[in-house]
Amino acid sequence: MTWYLLRRLGAVVTVLLVLSAIVYALFYLTPGDPAVLACGRGCNAERLALTREKLGLAEPVYAQYWHFLEGLVAGRDYAAGPDVDHCAAPCLGYSFQSDQPVLQLITSRFPVSLSLAFGAEVVALLLGVSAGLLSALRQGRPEERLLTGVTLVGYATPVFLVGLLLLMVFCAYLQWLPFPAYVPLTENPGEWARNLILPWAALGLIQAAVFARITRAGALETLVEDHIRTFRAYGLRERQVIRRHALRGALTPLITITAVEVAQMMTASVLTETMFGLPGVGRLTVESVGSVDLPVVVGVTLLAGTAVVLSNAVADVLSAVADPRVKLI
Amino acid sequence: MTALVDAAAVPGAAPRERRVWRRLRGDRAALAGLAIVAVMIVVALAAPLLTRLEGQDPTTFHSGLLDSARGGVPTGALGGISGEHWLGVEPGTGRDVFARVVHGARVSLGVAFGATVLEMLFGVVIGLGAGLGGGRADAVLSRLIELSLAFPPFLLALALMAIVPQSVPRPLLLAAVISLVSWGNVARVTRAQALSLRTREYVDAARLSGAGPARIAVREILPGLTTPLLVLAALKAPINMVQEAGLSFLGAGVRPPTPSWGQMLSSATTWFRTDPMYVLVPGGLLFLTLLAFTLFADGVRKAADPRWSARA
Repeated sequence: MTWYLLRRLGAVVTVLLVLSAIVYALFYLTPGDPAVLACGRGCNAERLALTREKLGLAEPVYAQYWHFLEGLVAGRDYAAGPDVDHCAAPCLGYSFQSDQPVLQLITSRFPVSLSLAFGAEVVALLLGVSAGLLSALRQGRPEERLLTGVTLVGYATPVFLVGLLLLMVFCAYLQWLPFPAYVPLTENPGEWARNLILPWAALGLIQAAVFARITRAGALETLVEDHIRTFRAYGLRERQVIRRHALRGALTPLITITAVEVAQMMTASVLTETMFGLPGVGRLTVESVGSVDLPVVVGVTLLAGTAVVLSNAVADVLSAVADPRVKLI
Repeated sequence: MTALVDAAAVPGAAPRERRVWRRLRGDRAALAGLAIVAVMIVVALAAPLLTRLEGQDPTTFHSGLLDSARGGVPTGALGGISGEHWLGVEPGTGRDVFARVVHGARVSLGVAFGATVLEMLFGVVIGLGAGLGGGRADAVLSRLIELSLAFPPFLLALALMAIVPQSVPRPLLLAAVISLVSWGNVARVTRAQALSLRTREYVDAARLSGAGPARIAVREILPGLTTPLLVLAALKAPINMVQEAGLSFLGAGVRPPTPSWGQMLSSATTWFRTDPMYVLVPGGLLFLTLLAFTLFADGVRKAADPRWSARA
């Protein structure tokens, strides 16, 4: 087990290194001059030269990348003439737009994204798992067809369309809810929830469709397995069979949500945050892409990639723990 | 000898496709999906014709049809629907919605299909290389495939769209970028299938009769891959369509005056209170097409694998 975990960790680190190299190369070797972008409005030749020195753009690319990695692990200094900025590890550099440290920008936006994800996942798990289970248990009946139909509709609809429709109905037509404006949980929990209801519903409904499909497939697979048939043959009541035995098998695939699904969740939350104007990490990404704020774009892409790689590794380990048939090779 | 072996390989492949098609013909939902997608394709192809029939074009401003007292909302009921403007006009600019929607279909469907074709191409080439190359080639390409799957595709596409100069035609760029971030799955499936096919007797026979690696890949392995690859393409097309809509919605895809359904929904976000029609028209079309596509893709997958489970 230890050996397996170590090897897995080694693979994760390798993938992350390559990932960072590709992302770095992709964005800093682009046609635009990073110094011009960083220098911003009111730039003159003197300031441009200073920026170039500060970013270390005179050095060869591999040295620049090395400094970038150094910054991630040990922090780095940005020196331009007499003044030196120290950026503590893990250092992702400074935003071209606001001059704030990229990591600080991301962490300051994080509570918003977390608030959104938390409520949406609650909605998605409650709705998705029960819909998935129900449609597996009612196989062949009208309820199943209805549920599968609804799930398919949820699966096919982009989250921003659901968001727009929810806004039209609850905010413009019925006027039950305000147009969402983020209020921190620590400031006013009631307003926090009231403003997040629509985003939670939009993201949660879309996500529920994904969960319903996974749960349904897991339950259908489990229900035909030998041990379930044995329990039934022993005369255990159907309810007991499902609660005690089938549920576990049906829910294992949910623990091991794959990299593809984590990436899908990120996509959906970027769109949801932008749609509802929530100032989370997703919105930050869209803003920094719009203003070609390279350090922020690189930082967010790298962090997102790390999250996908890590969740994939964790899912592998978890599925090995949850299902003894998966071998640790 | 070669002719004999080829003849032996074909009967193995053909009945499978015929079987899939026969099952698909019994699936009414999938056929309805296919019909709707077909209609949309015809609409997209005939866009210039349809707009000429209506007598409008997608870029002319009609500020006379807007109510400036109400912030530029179209005058008249339902977003300004009239005999001249079949689906009303765009709030703020007065551009004809019908013309924009049918021209938008070209971008939305064109990018979806273009990206799917490119993605299949990249995926199949890399997957075949890994599956048939073996040894070091397989090791390197497999790492590359794993790596491509580690990127969150949408975020990467979003970032890539930002750094490419605006002078590159956006729809082309969209198709290229979307395919570039999502070929990993295709390559993985192709590699796995190629690995299982290369040990078949008919492949061995072809190898013994002196066929080179390229000939084996194209003549012996690829025909066996058609069904899984077609299923994958059917599943990927609607996903790519959502990607395009999402990117354009965020302002990173096509930009006005070029219309796409996602771009129209993006500009509709500021008008949802006062002009609901402007949300419902492109939104309804996008939804209908995606639903139809998904129904069709689901049907194709079920037909190809009767032991089908909902998990990809």
